[in-house]
Amino acid sequence: MTTELLRIDGVTKAYPGVVANSDVSFAISKGEIHALLGENGAGKSTLVKMIYGLVKPDSGSMALHGQPYAPARPSAARNSGVAMVFQHFSLFEALNVAENVALGMENPPPMRTLAEKISAVSTEYGLPLDPTRRVGDLSAGERQRVEIVRCLLQDPKLLIMDEPTSVLTPQEVDILFQTLRQLSAEGTAILYISHKLEEIRALCDEATILRRGKVVGTCTPRDVSARDMAEMMVGAVLTPPARSARKDWGDAHAALEVTGLSAASPIPFGTSLKDITFSVQRGEVLGIAGVAGNGQDELLLALSGELRSAPEMVKCFGSPIGDTPPNARRALGFVAAPEDRLGHAAAPDMSLVENAFLSGAVRKTLTRNGFIDWSKTKRWAEEVVAQYDVRTPGTWVAARALSGGNLQKFLIGRELSQAPEVVIINQPTWGVDAAAAAFIRQEILDRAQDGAAVVVISQDLDDLLEVSDRFAALNEGRLTPARPTEGLTVDEIGLMMGGAHGMEVAHHG
Amino acid sequence: MFVLEKRPSPSQFWTYATPVLAVILTMIAGGAMFALLGKDPFIAIRTIFWDPLFGEFAFYLRGQLLVKAGPLILIAVGLSLGFRAGIWNIGAEGQYIIGAIFGAGVGLAVFPTETRWIFPVMIVAGAFGGWLWAMIPAILKTRFNTNEILVSLMLVYVAQTILSKAATGFLRNPQGMGFPGSRNFSTYPAARNVELIQESGMHWGVVAAFIAVIAAYVLLQRHMLGFQIKLAGQAPRAARFAGVQPTRLVVLCMGISGALAGLAGMFEVSGPAGQISIDFASGYGFTAIIVAFLGRLNPLGILLAGLVMALTYVGGEMASTNLNLPSAAIQAFQGMLLFFLLAVDLLSNYRIRLLNGRAV
Repeated sequence: MTTELLRIDGVTKAYPGVVANSDVSFAISKGEIHALLGENGAGKSTLVKMIYGLVKPDSGSMALHGQPYAPARPSAARNSGVAMVFQHFSLFEALNVAENVALGMENPPPMRTLAEKISAVSTEYGLPLDPTRRVGDLSAGERQRVEIVRCLLQDPKLLIMDEPTSVLTPQEVDILFQTLRQLSAEGTAILYISHKLEEIRALCDEATILRRGKVVGTCTPRDVSARDMAEMMVGAVLTPPARSARKDWGDAHAALEVTGLSAASPIPFGTSLKDITFSVQRGEVLGIAGVAGNGQDELLLALSGELRSAPEMVKCFGSPIGDTPPNARRALGFVAAPEDRLGHAAAPDMSLVENAFLSGAVRKTLTRNGFIDWSKTKRWAEEVVAQYDVRTPGTWVAARALSGGNLQKFLIGRELSQAPEVVIINQPTWGVDAAAAAFIRQEILDRAQDGAAVVVISQDLDDLLEVSDRFAALNEGRLTPARPTEGLTVDEIGLMMGGAHGMEVAHHG
Repeated sequence: MFVLEKRPSPSQFWTYATPVLAVILTMIAGGAMFALLGKDPFIAIRTIFWDPLFGEFAFYLRGQLLVKAGPLILIAVGLSLGFRAGIWNIGAEGQYIIGAIFGAGVGLAVFPTETRWIFPVMIVAGAFGGWLWAMIPAILKTRFNTNEILVSLMLVYVAQTILSKAATGFLRNPQGMGFPGSRNFSTYPAARNVELIQESGMHWGVVAAFIAVIAAYVLLQRHMLGFQIKLAGQAPRAARFAGVQPTRLVVLCMGISGALAGLAGMFEVSGPAGQISIDFASGYGFTAIIVAFLGRLNPLGILLAGLVMALTYVGGEMASTNLNLPSAAIQAFQGMLLFFLLAVDLLSNYRIRLLNGRAV
């Protein structure tokens, strides 16, 4: 078990204006599950891209099996036995499983042989997959299995997994971990990238912690508390969000009331909403969990006004608004933060000032007789940047020039600083670092305290458990009845989210 | 070897430098083409770009410049709004023709009444005609999701058929001794689009073009609608999130571009062209598409691009008569301009990095 598989030695990689990795060294042994832990922008992605041959280091060296290792491209890395499962899947929805796997291979065998191989590998590792099913019909967890099986077919010595659990239910996570442990027992090393500390404690043998491109510590996760690891990762002491007792606003009607909402998805391969019913009072946070692709995007569209429904299906303080467009809802106090930042919540090539105007025009009265008050918009954008600690050279930069986490802070700030009555957020902390996530959660709670009704849709259970008063889950476009968050167990939450989506526990053959 | 690297933000410098670079590259490649045709490339380029402004006949040709640039700019400004929003009105030529027929029709209907209201009413009629013609693809798109590129383009040919019917039939000059073509507006002062300053080429259409440039500039920089147009073109989903109604935008953009093209046609028929004739359509509606892109879909850029394009027209005509260049060579030359413009456009969003070298 102590034989060294991969050694990284003093690797440095700089991009214009930022050093992504500075003198990073660590080693992975055969069969070891090694965690790479760090905030967003800490340099995890750059590091694994170098190992996978997507990026070349400026200096430093790598060695695989004691031999110098410098893959020029991913195919070279794959030939050396390094495989990677990306956070975002690269699958074609219109093709079936076997066809997708074949597309990633240099010399794919005949389809029938390949299908047999897929079935064999997937049953061996407890990842049941039907090679003839179309990927567009698979759940996110099943799609991940396709990616994993695709890697396993190459018989890898090192498997890199980038944030693999963000799309899984707790039960699916358990099953994935069993598969990974089985692989590890067979001698495959796993480089596991995550910021979810409890998972790392449950799974990993060793951890390397990165902060601002440098290795700031190594530890054996089982022996260290999650809190200590988080503080090493952030370099500061974290305070969990504080919440005070809820006020009773004594309203006759709920701030947001959704009754029997059904709507066809406007998104290709999307999930239609089926008979969704819930209500949120002022000062209350409703958390909506669910694995990606179960109707979260559609629910946000239906609440923001981008997807219209029958008037009575959505009500605000008792008045029907299901058929009103986004800006009419904003006038009533609605704000919405979609999950997809570039292209939906923001226009990538427009400046932060223009992007501030995009959703703030109505509530911040940034227009006069149809003419835009740019100086007022700019002042407000600067306020958001300052208040939400958005790291940017200025408000004139294009939205796409910001890192994911910084843009998320800006976009959440843009919505929450509009004195909202009803807040709908999809994936509030997606891709932001631990400190920023804590800050965003606190801001959400503060808005609720100010009297806003808040709906948080998230795949991150930590988000939901920390902020929500009541908890519901989306599964294939249907919403479970909401239950008080207090006292819910992770098992119960998992079952609300649809259990294990038919997964089996790994059984080694 | 080199690679292309996406810039974090679009380069301000290259946004303005690419049109200039495109003109220079066109001169080089065009010069090479003229050399291959056996002409002296320097004389050819000089004839096209220099002589109309400062040569022997410049006093006359400078006026021609505004006459040609006016309709190009007027149409291109309208088109650029739609293009920015991702709405592709390719049929400005047809809207130009229908605008001319409507405008001329109103004027000719009341011939020979002399009142100062005739010309303003003709302006309104011309704009209305262009708008009406543009509404056909707009409504078909919003109602039945047809492709506005195809429909607006096809309607150009319909408009041309109507034009020849007008010239030989319902608008034919009753005193024209059977020749095709309407009465000439030069003989009808009240309905005439006069040259405002002698020999300058400045007529009401040019004034309208300048007004359109300024209005479009203000619209895009300061007005909500301009913002929505830009947003819809750059990020359609973000536009819906911002409350932009795509159908309303289609109708508005098609309407504006159609009305401006119609205006251009009306000013042309009552001024420089003088009459509705079979060969009235001279391709302004198509060339304006090049002008719109050459000007980077920016109103001020279009103003300059319209003047440059007019220069290649006027100069090109000179070159083909003086140097015996085939007119196809001139068209190829104008085509090169668009080609290079689109090609070097890449530089504003990407940088070229030489492998083992520094970024450019």
